[in-house]
Amino acid sequence: MSQFGTSQPTLRQKLLHLNWELVLLIVLTASIGFAMLYSAANGSFDPWASRQFSRFCVGLAMMLVVALVDIRLWLRASYPIYAICLGLLAAVEIMGSIGMGAQRWLDLGFFQLQPSEVMKIAVILALARYFHGFDVDEAGRLRNLWIPVLIVVAPIALVLRQPDLGTAMVVAMVGGAMFWLGGARLWQFGVVAAGVAAAVPMAWQFLHAYQKQRIFTFLNPENDPLGSGYHILQSKIALGSGGMFGKGFLEGTQSHLNFLPEKQTDFIFTMLAEEFGLIGGVGLIALYGLLIAYGIFIAFRCRSQFARLLAMGLSVNFFLYVFINIAMVMGILPVVGVPLPLISYGGTAMLTVLIGFGLIMSCWLHRDMYINRRGGLA
Amino acid sequence: MNSRDNDRQRFFTRRAALLAGGQFGLLAALVGRMYYLQVVESERYHMLAEENRINMRLLPPSRGRILDRFGVPVAINEQNYRVLIKSENTPDVSAVLDRLAMIIPINADEKTRILKEIRRKKKFVPVTVREFLEWEDVARLEVNAPDLPGVTIDVSERRFYPNGIAAAHVLGYVGAPRREDLTGDPLLELPGFRIGRSGVERAFDKPLRGTAGASQLEVNAVGRVIRELDRQEGDAGRDVVLTMDMALQRSAMRRLGDESGAVVVMDIETGGLIAQASTPSFDPNAFTEGLSNAQWRALADNERAPLRNKAIAGEYAPGSTFKMVVALAALEEGVITPKTSFFCPGHLELGDGKFHCWKRHGHGHVDLVRSISESCDVYYYEIVRKVGIDKIAEMASRFGLGTDLGLDVPGERTGLVPTKSWKRAVIGQPWVLGETLVAGIGQGFVLTTPLQLVTMTARMVNGGKAVFPHIARDVTRRGDLTERVPREQVSIGVDAGHLDLMMKAMAEVTLDPRGTAHAARIKVPGLSMAGKTGTAQVRRITRREREGGVRTNDELPWRFRDHALFVGYAPVEKPRYAIAVVVEHGGGGSSVAAPIARDILTETLERDPAKLAPGADVAGLRGPSRQGT
Repeated sequence: MSQFGTSQPTLRQKLLHLNWELVLLIVLTASIGFAMLYSAANGSFDPWASRQFSRFCVGLAMMLVVALVDIRLWLRASYPIYAICLGLLAAVEIMGSIGMGAQRWLDLGFFQLQPSEVMKIAVILALARYFHGFDVDEAGRLRNLWIPVLIVVAPIALVLRQPDLGTAMVVAMVGGAMFWLGGARLWQFGVVAAGVAAAVPMAWQFLHAYQKQRIFTFLNPENDPLGSGYHILQSKIALGSGGMFGKGFLEGTQSHLNFLPEKQTDFIFTMLAEEFGLIGGVGLIALYGLLIAYGIFIAFRCRSQFARLLAMGLSVNFFLYVFINIAMVMGILPVVGVPLPLISYGGTAMLTVLIGFGLIMSCWLHRDMYINRRGGLA
Repeated sequence: MNSRDNDRQRFFTRRAALLAGGQFGLLAALVGRMYYLQVVESERYHMLAEENRINMRLLPPSRGRILDRFGVPVAINEQNYRVLIKSENTPDVSAVLDRLAMIIPINADEKTRILKEIRRKKKFVPVTVREFLEWEDVARLEVNAPDLPGVTIDVSERRFYPNGIAAAHVLGYVGAPRREDLTGDPLLELPGFRIGRSGVERAFDKPLRGTAGASQLEVNAVGRVIRELDRQEGDAGRDVVLTMDMALQRSAMRRLGDESGAVVVMDIETGGLIAQASTPSFDPNAFTEGLSNAQWRALADNERAPLRNKAIAGEYAPGSTFKMVVALAALEEGVITPKTSFFCPGHLELGDGKFHCWKRHGHGHVDLVRSISESCDVYYYEIVRKVGIDKIAEMASRFGLGTDLGLDVPGERTGLVPTKSWKRAVIGQPWVLGETLVAGIGQGFVLTTPLQLVTMTARMVNGGKAVFPHIARDVTRRGDLTERVPREQVSIGVDAGHLDLMMKAMAEVTLDPRGTAHAARIKVPGLSMAGKTGTAQVRRITRREREGGVRTNDELPWRFRDHALFVGYAPVEKPRYAIAVVVEHGGGGSSVAAPIARDILTETLERDPAKLAPGADVAGLRGPSRQGT
């Protein structure tokens, strides 16, 4: 038994044992983001870097609060949180404001909430909660799998109606990871894969014209260099021209001359790679690798299935942000509108990622806590 | 802790490890892709990035000048002041235009055009409000600059011909390239770029044009210029030096005055054209700015054809100026000797036809020299019957008549010297003897240009050398005055004695009191000219009219009057200059054309432009090769 045992650690103990080095990594990554936003505005804190910084401060505080909350509280709150998020997502459908050609934001007056972002965490929480209650062999039974399938499919259906193919796929992949960790059988994955393969031609017909265009463009961006291929092509040019050491901070010609679109949001990695080259880009990927590894490491150390699943799931979620965004700007995935976590300009994504890390830290602080199947202490 | 939990943990650890492995594998793939893009393919993307941001802007070269033989500029570049407006610096474009209109007139149509253009273009692209501003307007705009935000004045060059209409046909004019002129050279597509449209401007367009410079500009994605990265100045066009003496050219134009006609003065040794006048003329400066439709129609529809360079493209029956060619053909064929004479009763009857001499009651006994100096037609009726049209045509072509002389500016026409085979082929009828008689006095089918007539005269008095006309003395960068002689001069193969005889006869034309141009001889002591008059009928005189009395030119509408011609040379003793004068529907050669030739040759002799030594230091050629105005 560790020093915590089954007793409640004090707030002081929690603060002392919080993984401050993880906090430091997060601050470091976010700081790179501020620098890039400063550069994206041609050497100005306005309009992005300053606002991003204040959001980050709020988010950091929220992260610490989330980390200090007893993990059992999160376990009990899992389903309600999921329900609320699903409700919000449905609300977007009904009264969401129009933005970027798709309904994604909920105007809360003081904040533009993007429920689909928060939904990813809610799905992870709900699935962690669900699989927490089953043994591995039980979890793999089909009769026990339809509820988690619903948990994953419901938000996907709503997100697809917006339509937001990127988020839907991320939710599906995170869900898949949770099933994988929770105990689904290999053959079940096989069946799903076969089913998806069969459904793709059908689903193609339901895609919006712009979504089809994105896929065509992705397959051959040179076909339409000034139209829909412009983003990918310009991104590759900016990135490739950065070379080994880059053009230097504030010296990225492609981004500063506006050839690079969306440089403060989805394509910020391109700007970083243009200005700091391969060294800078690989450095950032390494930093992300550390953050991901940290989550995995924590997952391995947790005693409760809920904490393990939660930490690992959040880590996978974070990984998916990083991978999809970078792969997208380098032209190996279609442009789907996934931000680079902690760096891209944007409120909800920043908040979600920080809350995710708060939960991972909560897992760490409560790693030795044994939680029974129904969510109470042993 | 129980065994089920342990199972669960082992299962989780295994699957999570696999998942983590997959994640790091994918991250490694990203690093690999980055390496590929940023190291392996870096060069290619670097190039693409430069192409993205660097925009080449052509700097139009300064067009070369055209100088006369003494280095006097006859085509130059003038500053063109333009008013531009940039909407991004202008809070209220319409109000600024209204204020601008108080300084330089802008009418409602222009304002609409400007506003439309501003809406269509990006806001940092300047729109031209008005071009070709007077200097006073520029000054007033500068003074009012604080009230005119976004208004700038910009200077470019435009072609200017200081002599206006005086050399319009020789120099030609410049204009915007037409679709068919575009060769893919981006220079031609620059707005405001002009190319040579006719005359010297067209013939020497390439060297005059020069090569464009380039400015490398850094632009952003919407094309706004951020800064200039590099600048390569182009090469200004070369100057073209003409054989023309602008002072003489102006005199020739002035002397022709309101007449419709042409004067060509040639250096008989080199073939260089010293003056080449054609009237009426046009203002080439108007072409630089572009003509309105009405202006164009007025020029194109004028019956006196101001746009045609009559000196090289006007085709006229040579009349009696053709007689030397006929006489030489007869001499060379042995049909006559220098002593042969005929009796002229005033006409020659041939079959049904009656061929008249211009002198109604005849010249009496006429020898060869008198047949020229007094221009007896009957003498030629007699000899052409024996020589035949084909021999005459052969001799005419040796003197350049009916041939392409290869002048170095475009627009030359070949005229026509008929032969029997020509008539069969073109008209489809056999040649008849009457036509030979008519051709023998330079009428009928025979057509020549003033350029051919002056070349004929030059070859006749330069010892029988085949000179060819040219107008460009040199294409130069530093003012080298070595005159190009475009073709090797070979002998035209006419007996020198025969040529001397012709010169003697042509001298009699002015010197002998009975000569047709005696009244028009040069009376200035020490100066002299010789020549031959010609009067070419442009209508058929019917027998009835002849019996009732031929109407004089004054009684006829302009277009039915005779053409007056004169070919000549000077000085008589040691010829150097040849001249051809044609006055369309001007009347008699001796009364109209010969005095014009006399006045121009007198001035030519006084100026003696041929004395200019090669490499002489002349105004404008040695100094700075470029001048602004």
